[in-house]
Amino acid sequence: MRAVRFSVITAAAAVALTAVTACTQKSGTQDTDRVVDVTAKDDSCEVSKKEFPAGHVELAIENKGSKVTEVYLLFPDDRIVAERENIGPGIKQKVTAEVKAGDYLIACKPGMKGKGIRQEVKATGGAVAKRDPKLDTAVADYRQYAQDQADETLPRVEAFVNAIKAGDVPAAKKAYAISRLGWERTEPVAESFGDIDPKVDVREDGLEDGQKWTGWHRLEKSLWKDGRIGAEEKTLADQLLTDLKDWQQRVGTAEITPTSMANGAKELLDEVARGKVTGEEDRYAHTDLVDFKGNVEGAQKAYELLRPVASKNDPALAKELDKQFAALETLLDKYRKDKTSYEFVSYDKVGKDDRKELSDAVNALAEPLSKLAAAVVK
Amino acid sequence: MTDTQGSTPSRRAVIGWGGAGIALGAVAAGGAVAMTKAGSDLDPVGAEAGGAVEFHGAHQAGIATAVQDRLHFAAFDVKTDDRAEFVRLLKDWTAAARRMTAGKEVGEGAYGGLPEAPPDDTGEALGLNPSRLTLTIGFGPSLFDRFGLRDKRPAALVDLPKFPGDNLDRSRTGGDLCVQACADDPQVAVHAIRNLARIGFGKVAVRWSQLGFGKTSSTTPDAHTPRNLFGFKDGTRNIAGTETGRLTEHVWVGDQDGGANDAWMHGGSYLVARRIRMNIETWDRAPLQEQEDIFGRDKGEGAPVGKPKEHDEPFLKAMKPTAHVRLAHPDSNDGITILRRGYSFTDGTDGLGRLDAGLFFLAYQRDPRHGFIPLQRRLATSDALNEYIQHVGSAVFAIPPGVRDTHDWWGRTLLSEEA
Repeated sequence: MRAVRFSVITAAAAVALTAVTACTQKSGTQDTDRVVDVTAKDDSCEVSKKEFPAGHVELAIENKGSKVTEVYLLFPDDRIVAERENIGPGIKQKVTAEVKAGDYLIACKPGMKGKGIRQEVKATGGAVAKRDPKLDTAVADYRQYAQDQADETLPRVEAFVNAIKAGDVPAAKKAYAISRLGWERTEPVAESFGDIDPKVDVREDGLEDGQKWTGWHRLEKSLWKDGRIGAEEKTLADQLLTDLKDWQQRVGTAEITPTSMANGAKELLDEVARGKVTGEEDRYAHTDLVDFKGNVEGAQKAYELLRPVASKNDPALAKELDKQFAALETLLDKYRKDKTSYEFVSYDKVGKDDRKELSDAVNALAEPLSKLAAAVVK
Repeated sequence: MTDTQGSTPSRRAVIGWGGAGIALGAVAAGGAVAMTKAGSDLDPVGAEAGGAVEFHGAHQAGIATAVQDRLHFAAFDVKTDDRAEFVRLLKDWTAAARRMTAGKEVGEGAYGGLPEAPPDDTGEALGLNPSRLTLTIGFGPSLFDRFGLRDKRPAALVDLPKFPGDNLDRSRTGGDLCVQACADDPQVAVHAIRNLARIGFGKVAVRWSQLGFGKTSSTTPDAHTPRNLFGFKDGTRNIAGTETGRLTEHVWVGDQDGGANDAWMHGGSYLVARRIRMNIETWDRAPLQEQEDIFGRDKGEGAPVGKPKEHDEPFLKAMKPTAHVRLAHPDSNDGITILRRGYSFTDGTDGLGRLDAGLFFLAYQRDPRHGFIPLQRRLATSDALNEYIQHVGSAVFAIPPGVRDTHDWWGRTLLSEEA
């Protein structure tokens, strides 16, 4: 990644239906109307009120269950407004948030797993903007997808890291590309946390003066160009895993809106156009087509989730996107023997004409994809 | 064209090099250009005014139109196999071209729309004059392998033969379609091609493109004949836009031309585009006498050998047998005449520190088999200029007739089922 990308956040701000700031300051609210008692048990999540005035809200949490739990205040699309993790049995905690009028969810997660036990609540007063519930579903599903990708990535990264720490160059090479797949599928979400991307996915030419080069591409260079693993690489491998665990933890807090999903899909194609088609991304490993595939799959996922709304608002656009996604997939399939595998042709073996064909197909998809956001908010 | 070597002032002159530029005859002015304001034929009105050139007409603008200062030429490959989709693109392109040549933005404009969506127009031409923008479309031979068009390929749209000395770069050669954008402001020309390319993504893809500056020929008798990058005057006596008789004879495809399957081309023309690289550094080291001998003109005035004035009728036998003007002159070529709209180009340097520069040669004619091809054959074998130039890109296109009115579209005569 070349630069921190802000579009996810700014797009969210531009259309934020309910802009909210989560706070965790100690000072509780004086207004009891705005205190919601949350009683978390192993099989229930009781709330003292289902409606409260918009503004400064306090969740007064007590874990009466036997498992460690966590409690979330969520938007209908699962975006996190405020959260508190690691609440042990018998423990009381307070969480506060600035909340605009609108619908929310309070979720308790006994054992800190799954979607949690949920209660619908409402902040009242002021104008409440409503959006198509289908879009909330799309955002929630996409959030889950992003989380799943991160969750599935970690073991793959561990395998990559373990190979490096074992000094096993061939095994590390084999594990490299696949360890990046989940990241590549959801890159705009990851990049919305400006600090993680420069640690894990920066390329040498993207470094600022004085910035230490860490992450996948640093290890890629060691493995393919230098062909060796030293003590520093082992340290860097550990660091990569740590940074990606941070990503995994924070994915759920990303600002995601229908338009940021749509534009995120387009940005994934931008990633392809800038780094993969040119062969710059994995310039030592030449595994660019794996990243390429991951980017396209991630874009397709976002599109598929938005498609019910997009196809209603702009059927011609949906038809074009269906066609161009299929065309690009078909083209990519030419570069792998087995349509279920992620073993693609080494990109240094892909000639100029074929690269042009890939680039044309990316343009053919990215241009209509840039119109998806408009179709979603129509 | 008959032989007029000697002193008879037949007003026939030559200019041109690097392939074929020839232009004879009277030099009128103005051209079929739609001037925004009334003006003398000798005053390309609108240049200063940056006015708009009428998009509609029997012939496409951008051929006989007074040559503008700048060029962005793009060749496209067609990516769709769906004829209806291709027709839709041509209609969308026509609508966009109609707006852009009038100095308007594409679609709903460059700003003011949804903040989450990219604007229809890219915006870099906002606030600029129409700048006499013309957009001219052409269809390459390879297009006719698609959409069941094989029977409509005109006999005159031949693939160019390999000429001696050609060193063609595939990535600068050919194309199913071309769009020539000429304007007085480079940003206006680039904006036009960029927006058409954008509209075309998925249906067509840019194969190659070329920017040009410094017109090397004129379809109006400018007070100062432009010079090419070798420093020689060029294009002095091109066919002028007002010379309807000579345009009909040499440029426009006539109603009797070709067979029934060529009927869609009536009112159109054929374009040959060549990217001609100039070896600037070695040329600059050539002695003045050699330079003048090669062209057959002097460098200062531009007069033909032995004559005092640029517009004097050349005496070809006074020139070296390999002089460019002599070889390219219609009198040496059975009267072959083409209309040229070439531009100089510089694409920076080539990595060896040499200027990547030359002439982007554009020639319009009624039939390349009797225009560019025999001319270039002759030049490629004998022209002394060949030591200093190389043809590195090449394409040929059928230029359909003009868009008649606001209901008409580019290529209708070729692709409309009822046409």
